[in-house]
Amino acid sequence: MLAAQKLEITRGDRRLFGGITFELRTGTLLLVTGSNGSGKTSLLRALCGLLLPSAGEVRWQNENIRSLREEYWRHLVYIGHSNALKDELSAAENLGVLCALSGVHTRPEQQRQALADFGLAGREHLPAKALSQGQRRRTALARLPLCSTLPLWILDEPFAALDSTAVSHMQSVVGTHLTDGGMVVMTTHQVVPIAAPAMRELNLDECRR
Amino acid sequence: MMTLLRAVIRRDLLLAWRRRADIATVVLFFVIVVSLFPLGVGPEPNLLRTIAPGIIWVAALLACMLSLQNMFTSDHSDGALDQMLLAAAPLSMIVVARAFAHWLMSGLPLVILSPLLAIQFDLAPELSPVLTLSLLLGTPILTLIGAIGAALTLGLRGGGMLLALLVLPLYVPVLILGAGAVDAASAGLGADAHLLLLGAQLLVTATFAPWAVAAALRISAE
Repeated sequence: MLAAQKLEITRGDRRLFGGITFELRTGTLLLVTGSNGSGKTSLLRALCGLLLPSAGEVRWQNENIRSLREEYWRHLVYIGHSNALKDELSAAENLGVLCALSGVHTRPEQQRQALADFGLAGREHLPAKALSQGQRRRTALARLPLCSTLPLWILDEPFAALDSTAVSHMQSVVGTHLTDGGMVVMTTHQVVPIAAPAMRELNLDECRR
Repeated sequence: MMTLLRAVIRRDLLLAWRRRADIATVVLFFVIVVSLFPLGVGPEPNLLRTIAPGIIWVAALLACMLSLQNMFTSDHSDGALDQMLLAAAPLSMIVVARAFAHWLMSGLPLVILSPLLAIQFDLAPELSPVLTLSLLLGTPILTLIGAIGAALTLGLRGGGMLLALLVLPLYVPVLILGAGAVDAASAGLGADAHLLLLGAQLLVTATFAPWAVAAALRISAE
Protein backbone atom coordinates (compact mmCIF):
# COMPACT_ATOMS: atom_id res chain seq x y z
CA MET A 1 0.00 0.00 0.00
CA LEU A 2 1.30 3.42 -0.98
CA ALA A 3 0.32 6.42 1.12
CA ALA A 4 1.10 10.11 0.97
CA GLN A 5 0.68 12.24 4.08
CA LYS A 6 0.32 16.03 3.83
CA LEU A 7 2.76 16.09 0.95
CA GLU A 8 4.02 19.54 -0.03
CA ILE A 9 6.48 20.34 -2.81
CA THR A 10 8.33 23.61 -3.31
CA ARG A 11 10.46 24.29 -6.36
CA GLY A 12 12.79 27.22 -5.84
CA ASP A 13 10.65 29.65 -3.85
CA ARG A 14 7.42 28.61 -5.56
CA ARG A 15 5.10 26.29 -3.72
CA LEU A 16 3.59 23.89 -6.24
CA PHE A 17 1.02 22.24 -4.02
CA GLY A 18 0.49 21.18 -0.45
CA GLY A 19 -1.59 19.00 1.83
CA ILE A 20 -1.80 16.01 -0.50
CA THR A 21 -2.97 12.98 1.44
CA PHE A 22 -4.08 9.72 -0.11
CA GLU A 23 -3.90 5.98 0.29
CA LEU A 24 -3.51 3.67 -2.64
CA ARG A 25 -4.63 0.07 -2.14
CA THR A 26 -4.15 -2.88 -4.45
CA GLY A 27 -6.09 -2.74 -7.68
CA THR A 28 -6.39 1.04 -7.58
CA LEU A 29 -5.53 3.47 -10.33
CA LEU A 30 -4.62 7.00 -9.26
CA LEU A 31 -5.02 9.47 -12.08
CA VAL A 32 -3.10 12.70 -11.48
CA THR A 33 -4.47 15.59 -13.50
CA GLY A 34 -3.77 19.30 -13.65
CA SER A 35 -2.76 22.05 -16.03
CA ASN A 36 0.79 22.38 -17.40
CA GLY A 37 3.20 23.34 -14.67
CA SER A 38 0.89 22.27 -11.87
CA GLY A 39 3.52 19.85 -10.58
CA LYS A 40 2.38 16.46 -11.86
CA THR A 41 5.89 15.30 -12.69
CA SER A 42 7.23 16.66 -9.39
CA LEU A 43 4.56 14.73 -7.50
CA LEU A 44 5.45 11.50 -9.30
CA ARG A 45 9.16 12.05 -8.65
CA ALA A 46 8.40 12.65 -4.98
CA LEU A 47 6.35 9.44 -4.85
CA CYS A 48 9.35 7.59 -6.33
CA GLY A 49 11.72 9.14 -3.84
CA LEU A 50 13.74 11.06 -6.44
CA LEU A 51 12.56 14.39 -5.08
CA LEU A 52 12.54 15.33 -1.43
CA PRO A 53 9.17 16.85 -0.47
CA SER A 54 9.40 20.12 1.51
CA ALA A 55 6.85 18.74 3.98
CA GLY A 56 5.02 15.49 4.57
CA GLU A 57 6.12 11.99 3.68
CA VAL A 58 5.48 9.08 1.36
CA ARG A 59 4.94 5.69 2.99
CA TRP A 60 5.09 2.18 1.53
CA GLN A 61 3.58 -0.60 3.68
CA ASN A 62 3.48 1.93 6.54
CA GLU A 63 7.16 2.80 6.41
CA ASN A 64 8.74 5.98 5.11
CA ILE A 65 10.27 5.34 1.69
CA ARG A 66 13.39 7.29 2.68
CA SER A 67 14.30 4.60 5.19
CA LEU A 68 13.18 1.72 2.96
CA ARG A 69 15.21 2.77 -0.13
CA GLU A 70 15.98 -0.36 -2.23
CA GLU A 71 13.33 -2.30 -0.31
CA TYR A 72 10.80 0.12 -1.81
CA TRP A 73 12.43 0.48 -5.23
CA ARG A 74 12.41 -3.24 -5.90
CA HIS A 75 8.60 -3.01 -5.90
CA LEU A 76 8.46 -0.03 -8.23
CA VAL A 77 8.61 0.71 -11.94
CA TYR A 78 8.95 4.38 -12.85
CA ILE A 79 8.67 5.51 -16.45
CA GLY A 80 9.27 9.22 -16.69
CA HIS A 81 9.04 11.82 -19.42
CA SER A 82 12.32 10.72 -20.93
CA ASN A 83 12.46 7.14 -22.09
CA ALA A 84 15.87 6.31 -20.57
CA LEU A 85 16.93 4.63 -23.83
CA LYS A 86 20.56 4.66 -24.94
CA ASP A 87 20.86 5.62 -28.61
CA GLU A 88 23.68 3.17 -29.31
CA LEU A 89 21.92 0.12 -27.86
CA SER A 90 19.24 -1.82 -29.71
CA ALA A 91 15.63 -1.83 -28.54
CA ALA A 92 16.03 -5.33 -27.07
CA GLU A 93 19.30 -4.46 -25.31
CA ASN A 94 17.74 -1.34 -23.82
CA LEU A 95 14.78 -3.35 -22.62
CA GLY A 96 17.07 -5.97 -21.04
CA VAL A 97 19.07 -3.33 -19.13
CA LEU A 98 15.97 -1.51 -17.87
CA CYS A 99 14.41 -4.75 -16.62
CA ALA A 100 17.70 -5.81 -15.02
CA LEU A 101 17.83 -2.51 -13.11
CA SER A 102 14.38 -3.29 -11.71
CA GLY A 103 15.76 -6.66 -10.62
CA VAL A 104 13.87 -8.59 -13.29
CA HIS A 105 15.88 -11.03 -15.37
CA THR A 106 14.53 -11.39 -18.92
CA ARG A 107 15.38 -13.83 -21.67
CA PRO A 108 15.82 -12.60 -25.27
CA GLU A 109 12.62 -14.31 -26.41
CA GLN A 110 10.64 -12.55 -23.66
CA GLN A 111 12.07 -9.21 -24.78
CA ARG A 112 11.23 -9.99 -28.41
CA GLN A 113 7.65 -10.96 -27.44
CA ALA A 114 7.13 -7.81 -25.35
CA LEU A 115 8.41 -5.61 -28.20
CA ALA A 116 6.26 -7.48 -30.74
CA ASP A 117 3.17 -6.93 -28.54
CA PHE A 118 3.88 -3.20 -28.75
CA GLY A 119 4.10 -3.38 -32.55
CA LEU A 120 7.89 -3.42 -32.79
CA ALA A 121 8.29 -6.90 -34.32
CA GLY A 122 11.37 -7.02 -36.54
CA ARG A 123 12.77 -3.81 -35.08
CA GLU A 124 14.23 -5.25 -31.87
CA HIS A 125 17.80 -5.12 -33.19
CA LEU A 126 17.67 -1.57 -34.55
CA PRO A 127 19.66 0.94 -32.50
CA ALA A 128 17.34 3.17 -30.51
CA LYS A 129 18.49 6.25 -32.44
CA ALA A 130 16.93 4.79 -35.59
CA LEU A 131 13.49 4.61 -33.93
CA SER A 132 10.83 7.30 -34.15
CA GLN A 133 9.60 9.17 -31.07
CA GLY A 134 6.54 6.93 -30.78
CA GLN A 135 8.58 3.76 -31.24
CA ARG A 136 11.00 4.88 -28.54
CA ARG A 137 8.08 5.42 -26.19
CA ARG A 138 6.75 1.96 -27.03
CA THR A 139 10.17 0.43 -26.29
CA ALA A 140 10.23 2.08 -22.88
CA LEU A 141 6.66 0.94 -22.14
CA ALA A 142 7.36 -2.64 -23.30
CA ARG A 143 9.15 -3.00 -19.97
CA LEU A 144 5.82 -2.94 -18.10
CA PRO A 145 4.45 -6.38 -19.06
CA LEU A 146 7.90 -7.87 -18.29
CA CYS A 147 7.88 -6.22 -14.85
CA SER A 148 4.32 -7.25 -13.97
CA THR A 149 5.59 -8.88 -10.75
CA LEU A 150 6.46 -5.41 -9.40
CA PRO A 151 3.24 -4.13 -7.81
CA LEU A 152 3.61 -0.35 -8.13
CA TRP A 153 3.84 1.37 -11.51
CA ILE A 154 4.39 5.13 -11.65
CA LEU A 155 3.90 6.40 -15.19
CA ASP A 156 4.42 9.96 -16.42
CA GLU A 157 2.32 10.67 -19.53
CA PRO A 158 2.46 7.07 -20.79
CA PHE A 159 0.21 7.84 -23.76
CA ALA A 160 2.26 10.75 -25.12
CA ALA A 161 3.46 10.16 -28.71
CA LEU A 162 1.56 6.86 -29.01
CA ASP A 163 -0.79 6.01 -31.89
CA SER A 164 -4.26 4.57 -31.33
CA THR A 165 -3.23 0.87 -31.54
CA ALA A 166 -0.45 1.41 -29.00
CA VAL A 167 -2.81 3.37 -26.74
CA SER A 168 -5.35 0.54 -26.71
CA HIS A 169 -2.59 -2.00 -26.00
CA MET A 170 -1.36 0.16 -23.10
CA GLN A 171 -4.93 0.36 -21.77
CA SER A 172 -5.12 -3.43 -21.66
CA VAL A 173 -1.63 -3.74 -20.09
CA VAL A 174 -2.53 -1.31 -17.31
CA GLY A 175 -5.98 -2.87 -16.88
CA THR A 176 -4.50 -6.36 -16.53
CA HIS A 177 -1.97 -5.16 -13.99
CA LEU A 178 -4.72 -3.56 -11.89
CA THR A 179 -7.01 -6.61 -11.98
CA ASP A 180 -4.01 -8.73 -10.96
CA GLY A 181 -3.73 -6.66 -7.79
CA GLY A 182 -1.21 -4.04 -8.90
CA MET A 183 -1.25 -0.29 -8.27
CA VAL A 184 -0.77 2.40 -10.88
CA VAL A 185 -0.15 6.12 -10.49
CA MET A 186 -0.42 7.89 -13.80
CA THR A 187 -0.56 11.40 -15.23
CA THR A 188 -2.34 12.04 -18.47
CA HIS A 189 -3.89 14.81 -20.49
CA GLN A 190 -5.92 12.49 -22.69
CA VAL A 191 -9.17 10.94 -21.57
CA VAL A 192 -8.31 7.25 -21.75
CA PRO A 193 -10.78 4.85 -20.14
CA ILE A 194 -9.07 2.04 -18.26
CA ALA A 195 -10.88 -0.98 -16.86
CA ALA A 196 -9.74 -0.68 -13.25
CA PRO A 197 -11.30 -2.30 -10.18
CA ALA A 198 -11.01 1.05 -8.40
CA MET A 199 -10.06 4.48 -9.61
CA ARG A 200 -9.31 7.82 -7.99
CA GLU A 201 -8.54 11.17 -9.45
CA LEU A 202 -6.28 13.80 -7.97
CA ASN A 203 -6.49 17.27 -9.48
CA LEU A 204 -3.41 19.28 -8.56
CA ASP A 205 -5.00 22.61 -9.56
CA GLU A 206 -7.28 22.19 -6.53
CA CYS A 207 -4.33 21.48 -4.21
CA ARG A 208 -2.71 24.87 -4.74
CA ARG A 209 -3.63 27.21 -1.95
CA MET B 1 22.05 -8.29 -7.13
CA MET B 2 25.06 -9.78 -8.96
CA THR B 3 22.93 -10.22 -12.09
CA LEU B 4 21.97 -6.56 -11.90
CA LEU B 5 25.58 -5.41 -11.52
CA ARG B 6 26.71 -7.70 -14.34
CA ALA B 7 24.02 -6.18 -16.57
CA VAL B 8 25.26 -2.66 -15.69
CA ILE B 9 28.90 -3.54 -16.49
CA ARG B 10 27.84 -5.24 -19.72
CA ARG B 11 25.79 -2.18 -20.69
CA ASP B 12 28.68 0.22 -20.07
CA LEU B 13 31.19 -1.91 -21.95
CA LEU B 14 28.76 -2.28 -24.87
CA LEU B 15 28.14 1.48 -24.93
CA ALA B 16 31.87 2.20 -24.75
CA TRP B 17 32.49 -0.23 -27.60
CA ARG B 18 29.81 1.41 -29.79
CA ARG B 19 31.32 4.83 -28.97
CA ARG B 20 34.88 3.60 -29.38
CA ALA B 21 35.98 6.90 -30.92
CA ASP B 22 35.74 8.35 -27.38
CA ILE B 23 38.17 5.76 -26.01
CA ALA B 24 40.49 6.24 -28.98
CA THR B 25 40.57 9.99 -28.24
CA VAL B 26 41.66 9.39 -24.65
CA VAL B 27 44.33 6.84 -25.56
CA LEU B 28 45.69 8.90 -28.45
CA PHE B 29 45.78 12.00 -26.24
CA PHE B 30 47.87 10.05 -23.73
CA VAL B 31 50.25 8.75 -26.40
CA ILE B 32 50.68 12.14 -28.08
CA VAL B 33 51.23 14.13 -24.86
CA VAL B 34 53.86 11.64 -23.67
CA SER B 35 55.54 11.62 -27.08
CA LEU B 36 55.76 15.42 -27.29
CA PHE B 37 58.14 15.70 -24.33
CA PRO B 38 61.19 13.91 -25.78
CA LEU B 39 60.76 16.06 -28.89
CA GLY B 40 60.50 19.28 -26.92
CA VAL B 41 63.11 18.62 -24.25
CA GLY B 42 65.73 17.26 -26.62
CA PRO B 43 67.63 13.96 -26.75
CA GLU B 44 69.57 14.20 -23.49
CA PRO B 45 69.28 10.60 -22.15
CA ASN B 46 69.92 11.38 -18.48
CA LEU B 47 67.35 14.15 -18.38
CA LEU B 48 64.77 12.00 -20.18
CA ARG B 49 65.32 9.10 -17.79
CA THR B 50 64.77 11.42 -14.83
CA ILE B 51 61.56 13.02 -16.09
CA ALA B 52 60.00 9.84 -17.57
CA PRO B 53 57.86 8.71 -14.59
CA GLY B 54 56.58 12.21 -13.91
CA ILE B 55 55.65 12.87 -17.54
CA ILE B 56 53.88 9.55 -18.00
CA TRP B 57 51.99 9.97 -14.73
CA VAL B 58 50.87 13.55 -15.49
CA ALA B 59 49.75 12.51 -18.97
CA ALA B 60 47.75 9.61 -17.48
CA LEU B 61 46.17 12.05 -15.04
CA LEU B 62 45.10 14.41 -17.82
CA ALA B 63 43.85 11.56 -20.01
CA CYS B 64 41.72 10.33 -17.10
CA MET B 65 40.25 13.82 -16.68
CA LEU B 66 39.36 13.87 -20.36
CA SER B 67 37.42 10.61 -20.13
CA LEU B 68 35.56 11.56 -16.95
CA GLN B 69 33.35 14.28 -18.36
CA ASN B 70 31.01 11.91 -20.13
CA MET B 71 30.77 9.43 -17.27
CA PHE B 72 27.27 10.49 -16.17
CA THR B 73 26.22 13.37 -18.46
CA SER B 74 24.38 11.39 -21.15
CA ASP B 75 22.66 9.21 -18.54
CA HIS B 76 21.60 12.39 -16.75
CA SER B 77 20.06 13.96 -19.85
CA ASP B 78 18.27 10.89 -21.24
CA GLY B 79 16.75 9.74 -17.93
CA ALA B 80 18.84 6.56 -17.58
CA LEU B 81 20.33 7.92 -14.37
CA ASP B 82 16.86 8.11 -12.77
CA GLN B 83 16.44 4.41 -13.46
CA MET B 84 19.75 3.69 -11.72
CA LEU B 85 18.69 5.79 -8.73
CA LEU B 86 15.52 3.67 -8.52
CA ALA B 87 17.26 0.33 -9.12
CA ALA B 88 16.74 -2.74 -6.98
CA ALA B 89 20.40 -2.68 -5.84
CA PRO B 90 22.16 -0.07 -3.66
CA LEU B 91 23.30 2.89 -5.76
CA SER B 92 26.85 2.74 -4.38
CA MET B 93 27.21 -0.81 -5.74
CA ILE B 94 26.01 0.37 -9.15
CA VAL B 95 28.60 3.16 -8.94
CA VAL B 96 31.33 0.57 -8.24
CA ALA B 97 30.21 -1.45 -11.28
CA ARG B 98 30.21 1.63 -13.49
CA ALA B 99 33.58 2.85 -12.24
CA PHE B 100 35.02 -0.60 -12.93
CA ALA B 101 33.66 -0.61 -16.49
CA HIS B 102 34.93 2.94 -16.98
CA TRP B 103 38.40 2.00 -15.75
CA LEU B 104 38.51 -1.08 -18.03
CA MET B 105 37.89 1.10 -21.06
CA SER B 106 39.88 4.22 -20.21
CA GLY B 107 42.37 3.36 -17.46
CA LEU B 108 43.58 -0.11 -18.41
CA PRO B 109 44.69 0.90 -21.96
CA LEU B 110 46.97 3.55 -20.41
CA VAL B 111 48.49 0.96 -18.06
CA ILE B 112 49.12 -1.43 -20.95
CA LEU B 113 50.67 1.25 -23.17
CA SER B 114 52.94 2.77 -20.53
CA PRO B 115 55.93 0.32 -20.86
CA LEU B 116 55.93 0.98 -24.60
CA LEU B 117 55.96 4.74 -24.12
CA ALA B 118 58.67 4.46 -21.47
CA ILE B 119 61.05 3.24 -24.22
CA GLN B 120 60.98 6.75 -25.71
CA PHE B 121 62.54 8.01 -22.48
CA ASP B 122 65.11 5.20 -22.33
CA LEU B 123 63.70 4.11 -18.98
CA ALA B 124 65.70 1.17 -17.61
CA PRO B 125 63.95 -2.16 -18.43
CA GLU B 126 63.83 -3.16 -14.77
CA LEU B 127 61.92 0.05 -13.92
CA SER B 128 59.18 -0.55 -16.50
CA PRO B 129 57.30 -3.11 -14.37
CA VAL B 130 57.37 -0.69 -11.43
CA LEU B 131 55.85 2.05 -13.58
CA THR B 132 53.17 -0.32 -14.88
CA LEU B 133 52.36 -1.58 -11.40
CA SER B 134 52.12 1.96 -10.01
CA LEU B 135 49.71 2.88 -12.82
CA LEU B 136 47.72 -0.32 -12.28
CA LEU B 137 47.19 0.65 -8.64
CA GLY B 138 46.85 4.37 -9.32
CA THR B 139 44.49 4.67 -12.30
CA PRO B 140 41.51 3.08 -10.46
CA ILE B 141 41.99 5.74 -7.76
CA LEU B 142 41.92 8.42 -10.46
CA THR B 143 38.67 6.98 -11.85
CA LEU B 144 37.00 6.75 -8.42
CA ILE B 145 38.00 10.25 -7.29
CA GLY B 146 37.10 11.59 -10.72
CA ALA B 147 33.66 9.99 -10.45
CA ILE B 148 32.97 12.12 -7.35
CA GLY B 149 33.84 15.25 -9.33
CA ALA B 150 31.80 14.12 -12.33
CA ALA B 151 28.77 13.48 -10.11
CA LEU B 152 29.11 16.81 -8.30
CA THR B 153 29.38 18.86 -11.51
CA LEU B 154 26.52 17.01 -13.21
CA GLY B 155 24.12 19.32 -15.00
CA LEU B 156 26.22 22.44 -14.44
CA ARG B 157 27.15 24.85 -17.23
CA GLY B 158 30.88 24.67 -17.91
CA GLY B 159 31.06 21.58 -15.76
CA GLY B 160 34.18 20.34 -17.56
CA MET B 161 36.42 23.16 -16.38
CA LEU B 162 35.01 23.02 -12.86
CA LEU B 163 35.58 19.26 -12.81
CA ALA B 164 39.28 19.80 -13.59
CA LEU B 165 39.65 22.41 -10.84
CA LEU B 166 37.84 20.19 -8.37
CA VAL B 167 39.55 16.91 -9.10
CA LEU B 168 43.16 17.75 -10.05
CA PRO B 169 44.19 18.86 -6.52
CA LEU B 170 42.82 15.57 -5.19
CA TYR B 171 45.01 13.70 -7.66
CA VAL B 172 48.21 15.15 -6.11
CA PRO B 173 48.87 12.36 -3.55
CA VAL B 174 48.36 9.69 -6.22
CA LEU B 175 50.76 11.50 -8.54
CA ILE B 176 53.44 11.88 -5.84
CA LEU B 177 53.25 8.24 -4.79
CA GLY B 178 52.97 6.88 -8.33
CA ALA B 179 55.85 8.81 -9.88
CA GLY B 180 57.79 8.50 -6.61
CA ALA B 181 57.63 4.70 -6.77
CA VAL B 182 59.63 4.69 -10.01
CA ASP B 183 62.08 7.32 -8.70
CA ALA B 184 62.68 5.31 -5.54
CA ALA B 185 63.26 2.14 -7.53
CA SER B 186 65.75 3.88 -9.83
CA ALA B 187 67.62 5.25 -6.78
CA GLY B 188 67.92 1.67 -5.52
CA LEU B 189 65.66 2.24 -2.52
CA GLY B 190 62.97 -0.16 -3.65
CA ALA B 191 59.42 0.85 -4.60
CA ASP B 192 57.63 -1.28 -2.00
CA ALA B 193 56.78 1.56 0.40
CA HIS B 194 55.30 3.74 -2.35
CA LEU B 195 53.36 0.89 -3.91
CA LEU B 196 51.97 -0.26 -0.56
CA LEU B 197 50.83 3.27 0.23
CA LEU B 198 49.24 3.49 -3.21
CA GLY B 199 47.47 0.20 -2.56
CA ALA B 200 46.24 1.47 0.78
CA GLN B 201 44.94 4.60 -0.87
CA LEU B 202 43.12 2.47 -3.46
CA LEU B 203 41.41 0.51 -0.68
CA VAL B 204 40.32 3.66 1.17
CA THR B 205 39.08 5.33 -2.03
CA ALA B 206 37.24 2.19 -3.15
CA THR B 207 35.46 2.12 0.21
CA PHE B 208 34.40 5.75 0.48
CA ALA B 209 34.23 7.17 -3.06
CA PRO B 210 31.22 5.09 -4.24
CA TRP B 211 29.23 6.29 -1.26
CA ALA B 212 30.14 9.93 -2.01
CA VAL B 213 29.31 9.51 -5.71
CA ALA B 214 25.93 7.99 -4.81
CA ALA B 215 25.12 10.93 -2.51
CA ALA B 216 26.12 13.45 -5.20
CA LEU B 217 24.03 11.66 -7.84
CA ARG B 218 20.96 11.73 -5.57
CA ILE B 219 21.38 15.49 -5.11
CA SER B 220 21.67 15.99 -8.88
CA ALA B 221 18.29 14.28 -9.41
CA GLU B 222 16.40 16.70 -7.13
